[in-house]
Amino acid sequence: MIKRKKIIIIGNGIAGITCARNIRKKDENSEILVISGETEFFFSRTALMYIYMGHMQFEHTKPYEDWFWEKNNIQLLQAWVELVDFNNKTLLLDSGKKVGYDVLVLATGSVPNKFDWPGQSLNGVQGLYSKQDLDIMEENTAGISHAVIVGGGLIGIEMAEMLASRDISVTFLVREKNFWDNVLPVEEAQLVNRHILEHHIDLRLETEMKEICGDDSGRVDSVLTNKGEKIECQFVGLAVGVSPNVKFLKNLELDMGRGILVDRYFRTNIEDVYAIGDCAEFREKPGADRKNIEQVWYTGRMHGETLAHNLTSEDAVPYRPGIWFNSAKFFDIEYQTYGLVPNERKEGIDSFYWESDSGESCLRLVFEKQTEKILGVNSFGWRLRHEFFDKAIHEGWNLERVLTQLDKADFNTEFYEKFHKSVLAQYNAQEGRNLKIKKSSFLQRLIGSRA
Amino acid sequence: MRKIQITGLIVFLLGLVSFSLIPFIGSYQLDQKMVERKVKEEHLEPLIPVLEPMYGETYSSNFAFISDFNKYFDEYNEALKEAEEWDKVIWDDYVFELTKEASLGPVHQNPFWYLAISVGLGVIGGLMYILPLYRGEPEGIKNDGIYFSSMKSRGLLGIITGTWLILFYVILYWFPEYMTNLVLMVDPLSYLLSGNPASQWFLYGLIYTLAILVMGIRMFRKYRGNTYQTIRTASVMFFQLAFAFLIPEILVLLNKPWHDFKNIWPLDYTFFYDYRLDGMLGSGALGMFMLIWGIILIIVGVPLFTYFYGKRWYCSWVCGCGGLAETLGDPYRQLSDKSLKAWKVERYMIHGVLVFAVLMTLVTILNYFMEFGLLGEATNQLHSIYGFAIGAAFAGVVGTGFYPFMGNRVWCRFGCPLAAYLGIVQRFKSRFRITTNGGQCISCGNCSTYCEMGIDVRWYAQRGQNIVRASCVGCGVCAAVCPRGVLKLENGEEEGRINENPILIGNKSITVKS
Repeated sequence: MIKRKKIIIIGNGIAGITCARNIRKKDENSEILVISGETEFFFSRTALMYIYMGHMQFEHTKPYEDWFWEKNNIQLLQAWVELVDFNNKTLLLDSGKKVGYDVLVLATGSVPNKFDWPGQSLNGVQGLYSKQDLDIMEENTAGISHAVIVGGGLIGIEMAEMLASRDISVTFLVREKNFWDNVLPVEEAQLVNRHILEHHIDLRLETEMKEICGDDSGRVDSVLTNKGEKIECQFVGLAVGVSPNVKFLKNLELDMGRGILVDRYFRTNIEDVYAIGDCAEFREKPGADRKNIEQVWYTGRMHGETLAHNLTSEDAVPYRPGIWFNSAKFFDIEYQTYGLVPNERKEGIDSFYWESDSGESCLRLVFEKQTEKILGVNSFGWRLRHEFFDKAIHEGWNLERVLTQLDKADFNTEFYEKFHKSVLAQYNAQEGRNLKIKKSSFLQRLIGSRA
Repeated sequence: MRKIQITGLIVFLLGLVSFSLIPFIGSYQLDQKMVERKVKEEHLEPLIPVLEPMYGETYSSNFAFISDFNKYFDEYNEALKEAEEWDKVIWDDYVFELTKEASLGPVHQNPFWYLAISVGLGVIGGLMYILPLYRGEPEGIKNDGIYFSSMKSRGLLGIITGTWLILFYVILYWFPEYMTNLVLMVDPLSYLLSGNPASQWFLYGLIYTLAILVMGIRMFRKYRGNTYQTIRTASVMFFQLAFAFLIPEILVLLNKPWHDFKNIWPLDYTFFYDYRLDGMLGSGALGMFMLIWGIILIIVGVPLFTYFYGKRWYCSWVCGCGGLAETLGDPYRQLSDKSLKAWKVERYMIHGVLVFAVLMTLVTILNYFMEFGLLGEATNQLHSIYGFAIGAAFAGVVGTGFYPFMGNRVWCRFGCPLAAYLGIVQRFKSRFRITTNGGQCISCGNCSTYCEMGIDVRWYAQRGQNIVRASCVGCGVCAAVCPRGVLKLENGEEEGRINENPILIGNKSITVKS
């Protein structure tokens, strides 16, 4: 029998909510209160762009119906936490109200980075992270004709896509040589470059913003680049990464780095206080290829699952993520990755790269040079089966074993072109091999058998 | 391009306005010869004098004509009813036939011209709008701005469209005499195909088929690059044009009963009605084939195909109702209700209709073999209730008229007894499922939003569970709109198809059962 506690979770994003749900599954008694100033109910942050593009309304981004929370006895409170009094275990809310806790979980997420550009506080200049940011973006972009996006990452390209969907022309400033090439190998990055241009985005590589200029009313009217160019615009999207949202916790007893410092059990330096999701910073990396701050949807979910287990179980476990995976969509091209795929050549690691004739799909298989053990995979415009690569990478399959079973890894919609044939043909030609994929019989194909 | 599209829109609207106004033009004049041509022999003697005051009189509108006709006709019947002379009461409905016959108007003289300025302009305008769609854009699903569209998100345009459709269906089912001009303009086409004059059902079949063909082309544009959507849409276009429209008319030309070989009981609820059975049994080898083929589809075809492919083989590849929903209805697919409550209502309603259809058919067959003795009255009652409430009101008025209010699959989801039957097989004995791709779901909600059947796909996807639901028609749009490659429609081994306690891949710390 677990002792009845009052657990407060600050933040109703994927990390906080997953934690709350999973605590409730194993602990019927404890009081669970989720506090968020952003929205009353949990919504999918990754779907904010689709609201702006008119694919969905805010209602559709809520993964659970509103009755779900009461039914599962999870209390929700919409409020901003102003201060945490760790000694007395109480929170001070923006309403002036105080709430006490036994266990505190900090899952406060991120805020967009700003690098002290001149003019960054002008009207019409903003990042995109929260529901509030989206509402402001709606106002800021009403009736405008041209926008500048700064930062060649996931949020940058999303903002470009959002604006383009409303016929607002976009100049996209990317500091690097190619789009997102601090993560993607050059071929993949260039594939995305081409696709961005195909969508009539004015992509400026190796270009940085120096200054944002405004008019007399305090609204942005242009930006200056490091190449001395002035670009007129009515909106500037700042998409140069995010940082842990921890401002209200600074200068307290809580140990902080860039985020809230935690161990592998998500414990902070203060007893009964934990941190998960984007705002947590691991004192030690959770894995050799992992970062100290993990800022993706999936890791937020896994942090939440793991901490919920630890809070409801006698034998706490350290956070041990499995094979890395991630995905994104760049305009019309989907991207998936599993395992380790470095963006640059690395000692002892090699890769096999295939690209479709259209130049819109590609596959990169990364392997250990010596043993040809598969380490990771990148795919663009080609859906891959997570289960397949999780297993292949975990078990260290040989490259050729993967290649001869690629048909089983294919997760594309039925009747799509079978890329695996072309991949194998290229590999055979390059390596002088004669690998074959076992052909399925007509009957097997007729009934769609995967065996 | 934009100019062509705007012109197309104007042309389409002109066609629509013509179509809506044509019923009200022209004048009407009845004479005794027309009555002699159209009225059954046994009714001639009483009816000729009853309608006498109308002969030679010119009516300037169909309202005036129909009102007079009903007045005289009802007076005659009412008097007989009061006198309880039931056997003399005329139960046959002559108002449609005689109004059509009495039409003097310009439509009668120039049917092709009126067909051209209504349906013709509609098709041409529609194509002018549709063909340039997404030209010069990269392949990919185009859902931009759907929720800003008045037409597609229950705005004023949507409400007007829905109201127009509902009105059209009410007139078609219960007051077809007001649309005789529209039927007249397709008469020549009907003669060409079947050698018979057109009924309101021929008109309906024609515009239904054209709607599927034109909006099918829109599907090709909208889902460009998605081979599954393209092939599936081509399939419903083919089955509608060949099996539901052309072949039945040609059968009539050959003096065989009108028959749609792909329609299956209990959606085809009249299949076992006595006139259908007699029609098939009286049409030689072909008629016998119709009967046997129909029964094989029910007892072998449905379970077998559904076992291998799920109910999609019918609902989103073959069926006519599905065909219209997937083409004309596609712009409204996001309007279906995804709440748990709607799912509960759905299960009661659709299985209720199935039970009703089965019971009605049992009584019908029993009645047939008892040679209409004991159960004759009950059978007639059941037929008229089912025909009115389910066949006309639910499948027609609500089924299509509610597209802009409740999405494009209201009938298929809440009412179709065949969908219920297919669904039971799909849920309990099938190789079909929508596979969830490990832990890649980000809960964005595109899949649920664009599910026309109102399945909360995300609920399953975010917990790594395969989607096995009776109602899924396998349209494949959830997989198409998913931004992370999480969903795939598959026919595969039965083992592991239903996973009640799925595990999300990716976290080795613990095993979390969702």
